[in-house]
Amino acid sequence: MFYREAGDFSTTYSQDSQTFPIKFDRYRYYVVMAVAFLVVPFLINDYWANAVMLPFLIYAIAAIGLNILTGYCGQVSLGTGGFMAVGAYACYKLMTAMPDVNIFFHVILAGGITAIVGVLFGLPSLRIKGFYLAVATLAAQFFLVWLFNRVPWFYNYSASGQISSPERTVFGIPVTGANTDAWATYLFCLVFCAGSAIIARNLTRGSLGRTWMAIRDMDIAAEIIGVNPLRAKLTAFALSSFFVGVSGALFFSVYLGAVEVGEVFGINKSFLVLFMVIIGGLGSIFGSFAGAAFLVLLPVLLKLVGVDMLGWATDIVAHIQLVVVGLLIVVFLIMEPHGLAQLWRLAKEKLRLWPFPH
Amino acid sequence: MPDQFLFAVEVTLNGLMAGVLYALVALGFVLIFKASGIFNFAQGVMALFAAATLVGIMDGQVPFSHLINSIFGTSVHHFGWHVPALLAILLTILVMVALAWLVQYFVMRHLVNQEPIILFMATIGLAYFLEGFSDLMWGSEIKTLDVGLPQGGSFWIEDLTAGLGSDNFYGFFIDRLDIVATVIAAVLVVALVAFSQYTKQGRAMRAVADDHQAALSVGISLNFIWVLVWSLAGFVALVAGIVWGTKSGVQFSLSLIALKALPVLMLGGFTSIPGAIVGGLIIGVGEKLFEFAIGPLVGGATENWFAYVLALIFLVFRPQGLFGEKIIERV
Repeated sequence: MFYREAGDFSTTYSQDSQTFPIKFDRYRYYVVMAVAFLVVPFLINDYWANAVMLPFLIYAIAAIGLNILTGYCGQVSLGTGGFMAVGAYACYKLMTAMPDVNIFFHVILAGGITAIVGVLFGLPSLRIKGFYLAVATLAAQFFLVWLFNRVPWFYNYSASGQISSPERTVFGIPVTGANTDAWATYLFCLVFCAGSAIIARNLTRGSLGRTWMAIRDMDIAAEIIGVNPLRAKLTAFALSSFFVGVSGALFFSVYLGAVEVGEVFGINKSFLVLFMVIIGGLGSIFGSFAGAAFLVLLPVLLKLVGVDMLGWATDIVAHIQLVVVGLLIVVFLIMEPHGLAQLWRLAKEKLRLWPFPH
Repeated sequence: MPDQFLFAVEVTLNGLMAGVLYALVALGFVLIFKASGIFNFAQGVMALFAAATLVGIMDGQVPFSHLINSIFGTSVHHFGWHVPALLAILLTILVMVALAWLVQYFVMRHLVNQEPIILFMATIGLAYFLEGFSDLMWGSEIKTLDVGLPQGGSFWIEDLTAGLGSDNFYGFFIDRLDIVATVIAAVLVVALVAFSQYTKQGRAMRAVADDHQAALSVGISLNFIWVLVWSLAGFVALVAGIVWGTKSGVQFSLSLIALKALPVLMLGGFTSIPGAIVGGLIIGVGEKLFEFAIGPLVGGATENWFAYVLALIFLVFRPQGLFGEKIIERV
């Protein structure tokens, strides 16, 4: 009844081309933003921040990044973990080399460095396609992890080979290091997450996004109608790696605080983010959030049910988790290849007509 | 002869042996890819599952014992019998055929006509499922597998070649298991080629690979062929699982060799059985020699990435691999 275009008139061009053309959507968006920025910080505690909110926000950024590359531009990448590692180590080197600069800029710069590395590894995509490319991105994954493990310069010659983030503040409030408040880290990640989503959303519905989608749907045809594949693919790699790098930097500096590269940014991280994108929905920004929320909450939920309620051993629950995730992937690909985002779209379609069936 | 040269020869020989093992896994990929166009990421986990099942059957383990014990508070773990290796292998083959049928019935049947990349991701999901399932069924601890394959260095070769170098050189160290694996791989390749060239089912398989619709129209059952192909891949996975499991124990890292088989395939070309062998040998020798010559200079453990980077560089110049069919694209 409320969810329809009727009665909502656009009188200017900017109104006509706004992100959420339906009034209800627009207000929902404002409400979500208001709750996220103004209500949640007062309610959040350490458990919620560390178990749910921080991983959700950070993985959502990574999923947005991978969705740009895989969902919008059609280039499957299994190197996400490696690119997250680049972001983390770039952030670490910047934090220790320039302690006076605000960490905000470190994270953004780390994203920029990751973008450059991403373009480098994206170059072969001009020759290699499909799962040949997917396997080629494995080279990035393994090579980068090896590099950060073996070259002492990257971890400042520390004896353990780990990197750990020193305390840094924003407006005098610590966001990294040992003495952080849950609300501060949450807000810090939220700013990046909201920013990434807004930028990604607007990029993908602009001309750049359309060239990506043309390449995804059929690259030869796109080339013939005048899309420059070099530009389209490399911008996709650059922007995707930027977001992935930002998420890697946050994952290390704010969420974990200390990182051993092989364990945190291994091949499993690449798969995890890829699964978020598949379950959430390829080619949808909302889907990135849905997928990240789903795969962050699933282990928490399984642990709650399996370990705390039924009293099973943790390793059994971990195995069941693998089975469930694997099943979900297959079921989603069979039943709903467009993921949770498609369910959302169908629900909106229904809402528009409600209370009438047609 | 100088010792350094002899060491290099030894490294090369060991690389060749390792390459044969990679090729064994790669073969399973090629089989499925040729017949159904599916890039089966779960091949490595299938090897893990097959090896774990074999160990479980041989030791008379109760499947899902951890889970059963957790739910019912019992403490069952073994039936208390030991199954002879040969019988256990036959039973495992049956399990793999059943698995092939289940995969075909519940997954692949529903994904006909989807894009290859969707199928690829489905097999990643399958890999996760199978990994968790295998751990639930047989436990995730490292198991030793012994079906009677010979192991350890071959003294005969060592004694024979010890005289080549100076006193510091004790002869080539070559694991007997590697020699056996090479023989097995050779037999397997000959058998597979013979099967696909000279039997009715093999011809049908090739027909399906060529054109699904044309194959259907001359009366070949796609469902049957796909079950057959997945069973064959399961059998190859079992062989690879036995060899690798004997070498380094049945454990999770077994499924990672599948990732190592990917660059092998890319080098050799996805559609070529000889390509898988040659690619495996190149990767095996290449990474061992690289580690031997350059590894110490850059901190070692270059084996982790050398294969991928080699394949990446190679693909830029020849996207279809060494023996792959030329990729022709049309709008």
